[in-house]
Amino acid sequence: MVNGLIGKKIGMTQVFLDDGRAVPVTVLRAGPCVVVQRKTTERDGYEAAQLGLVEKGPDRQANKPKRGHFAKVDLPPTRVLREFTVSGDDESAPGQTVTCEIFEPGQKVEIVGTTKGRGFQGVMKRHNFGGGRATHGSMFHRAPGSVGQSAYPSRVFPGMRMPGQMGSTRVTTKGLEVVQIDAEQNLILVKGSVPGARGSLVLIRKPNTANYKR
Amino acid sequence: MSDKIISGIEQAYLKSGIPDFAPGDTVKVHVRVREGEKERIQVFQGVVICRKHGKNSTASTFRVRKISSGIGVERVFPLHSPMIARVEVVRCGRVRRAKLYYLRGRSGKAARIKERRRA
Repeated sequence: MVNGLIGKKIGMTQVFLDDGRAVPVTVLRAGPCVVVQRKTTERDGYEAAQLGLVEKGPDRQANKPKRGHFAKVDLPPTRVLREFTVSGDDESAPGQTVTCEIFEPGQKVEIVGTTKGRGFQGVMKRHNFGGGRATHGSMFHRAPGSVGQSAYPSRVFPGMRMPGQMGSTRVTTKGLEVVQIDAEQNLILVKGSVPGARGSLVLIRKPNTANYKR
Repeated sequence: MSDKIISGIEQAYLKSGIPDFAPGDTVKVHVRVREGEKERIQVFQGVVICRKHGKNSTASTFRVRKISSGIGVERVFPLHSPMIARVEVVRCGRVRRAKLYYLRGRSGKAARIKERRRA
C-alpha cells in the first residue's frame, strides 16, 4: 500500500464529535492520485511509488521529458509528481489510482506543506525575542541586542538568530488526527492546523511507525 | 470554490428547526448533561446578550445571561452543538443594539428589557 497522497489545503472550519465536543479541522482535498512509476530495490535501490495528482485536465505545459515519462505508462501528464514510501508487499502498478481511502478516521497522519511567506522579518516576530521597553526613553525597542562577546572570539558564532526571511519553508506537522473522510469528494478532515495558505500543495503521509518509541 | 466545499462539510453538522431569536430575547436552553453513564436535560434560562459567527455555520454561538442566586452567570452555547437539545423562546425583547454587554453593569430594575410584540 502506498503510504501517502498529494493534496491541496482547502481551509479550516470546525465540526462536532458525537459527544458534543467541537474540534477545529483543516479540510484537505486529497488526491485522487495515480501511480506513475514504481521504484524497486532491484532497479532503483529502494522501494517507492511515484504519484501524480490528478486534476481537472492534463498538464498542457509538460515538457518533452515529462511527456515521455508519462507516455511510457500511457497516462496523461500531471502537474505534480511526488514520491512516497510503500509498505509491506505493495503491488501498486503504474496506472493504478490511489484515493483518500488509504486513510481512516482516528488515524494519525503527517502533513508536509510550505508555510506562508512572511518576508524579511525582525527577531521579535521571527524568533520570539522579547524586545525592549516601548516607553520611558529606553531607546531600545525591537533590535536583537548583543550577538556575542568581544576580543575573544572576535566573531559571531554561526547559527546566531538574526533578522531575515521568514516563512515559505517546507514544514512537516506530525501527529494530526484524521477526523473524517469523504471519499466521494476526495476530502480529508484533520484535527488542527496545517502549514501553508489555502489552495497550497500538501503531502499527506502515514507516519513511519518504525520511528516511534512506545 | 473552497468556501463551497467548507459550507458543504458544515451542512452535515447544522441543525434545522432552531427558532429565530435575537439579542434581548429571553430563552430556555435545554442542555444535555452527561453524568457518568446517564444523560439528562438541564435548562438554562436567561437573556440572549449576543450572537456571533452568523446562523448557518458550525462556529455560530450565542451568549445567555441570567442572575443565579444573586450572581450574574453567562454561558456561551454553540448554536449547532449536539449538546443543545432545544432552544425555546420565552419572551421577545425590544433592544436597540446587537450586543447587550451593558446589562452586566446593571441589576434589578435597570436591567429590564421592554417586550416586543412579534408581528
